[in-house]
Amino acid sequence: MCLGIPGKVVRWLEREGAFAQAEVEFDGVRRVVHMACVTEAALGDYVVVHAGIAISRIDPLEAKRIFETIAEWGDDEGWRPEQPEAPEASQ
Amino acid sequence: MKYLDEYRDPRAAQLLLDEIRRVSTRSWTLMEVCGGQTHGLLRHGIAAELEGTVELIHGPGCPVCVTDQEAIDFACQLARRDDVILASFGDMLRVPGSRGSLLDARTAGARIQIVYSPLDAMALARKHPDKQVVFFAVGFETTAPATALAVKQAGRDQLDNFSMIVSHVRVQPAMEALVQAPDHRVQAFLAAGHVCTVMGYESYESFVEQYRLPVVVAGFEPLDLLEGILACVKQLEKNEARLENRYARTVQAAGNRAAQDLVREIYQVCDRAWRGFGVVPKGGLELRPEWRRFDARARFSEPALPVIEVDECRSFEVMTGHLKPPDCPYFGKSCTPESPLGAPMVSSEGACAAYFRYGMTTSR
Repeated sequence: MCLGIPGKVVRWLEREGAFAQAEVEFDGVRRVVHMACVTEAALGDYVVVHAGIAISRIDPLEAKRIFETIAEWGDDEGWRPEQPEAPEASQ
Repeated sequence: MKYLDEYRDPRAAQLLLDEIRRVSTRSWTLMEVCGGQTHGLLRHGIAAELEGTVELIHGPGCPVCVTDQEAIDFACQLARRDDVILASFGDMLRVPGSRGSLLDARTAGARIQIVYSPLDAMALARKHPDKQVVFFAVGFETTAPATALAVKQAGRDQLDNFSMIVSHVRVQPAMEALVQAPDHRVQAFLAAGHVCTVMGYESYESFVEQYRLPVVVAGFEPLDLLEGILACVKQLEKNEARLENRYARTVQAAGNRAAQDLVREIYQVCDRAWRGFGVVPKGGLELRPEWRRFDARARFSEPALPVIEVDECRSFEVMTGHLKPPDCPYFGKSCTPESPLGAPMVSSEGACAAYFRYGMTTSR
């Protein structure tokens, strides 16, 4: 029930206020999402969407932190994880 | 998918597993509160991998599981009315009530529509002005902003044929109830990541201090879960009890203020009966008086029918960590997802459903 899916903000439909809406893309599929709680998101930002409403903007720097830790460890074969790249944000 | 697939990398997961084993000098017992995390731990085999190092017990964070049976009965009653369309999240449909489930009611002709969002239920109300659309609003604090927005929008649009059965529950009072039980087994908590996304985690400061238990905010993907477990184990090994956020890409200390304001505008805290738990003080949210015109209980007066408890289901023991689903005498026998005795076997977040679905049919 508390499932949250990350998606990319691709188009604002209504930027302001309690009924703000944007188109958000999930794996190529676009859906209209209510944005009242994440009005600061820029186009290209990723947001977490739950039951049709965005509840958070994903912080790309924090998103990399675990991979930095794991990269310090590495494994026996010298493998290092790929880190998620920060999205190119545009207004 | 970006911000999902990276956190499912099996080699990175292996490194985290190795690290958890390396720092553990004994076996620890952690509770993940959220049912979404329970399913992640079982689906990805993490619970089985950590056997002997970390025992994971599965908390009450499955809203479908704790929704009071009386609310399900009321929803079934309304759904049977000719003038009502009941809209619900799909998970609620198979949960047994006193006189059958919503699915049984639908089979018998009741109008019940599955929706993904409460805002879809609003659209349904606009499409059917001749019907009363009632949304069954279950869920934790994560879901409350979406239902609050639906009510606010119904107010703006003067949508007189929309109302909700509000059964929202709050996670922290349930955690308090759990650890106040003298026989509780929890040594550390993985806090529910998306509840904290909305509510923040500052409110856990006093909890950590009072009960001297580590609380680590964790996400839902394998690396998130393993990182949260590692943080708990490290604290326990050092005999520490601190609050940590290991889901910082999504969760901020103060949470999402706009979402909290929205929830506060529409709802107020109330005591609420939880299935299996009884009344949890401050365990729920109800509509504020100024929004009560959208309360289905105020709009419809149905005769109160007695609640008939399903005696066999031992969900309370499961949700408090005293009984592993495969150790329940009914698990996989008289209780299956097709024919459940209780909600944890049907919900996509229920612990019994997770064990059944991912083949953990024996307690190890």
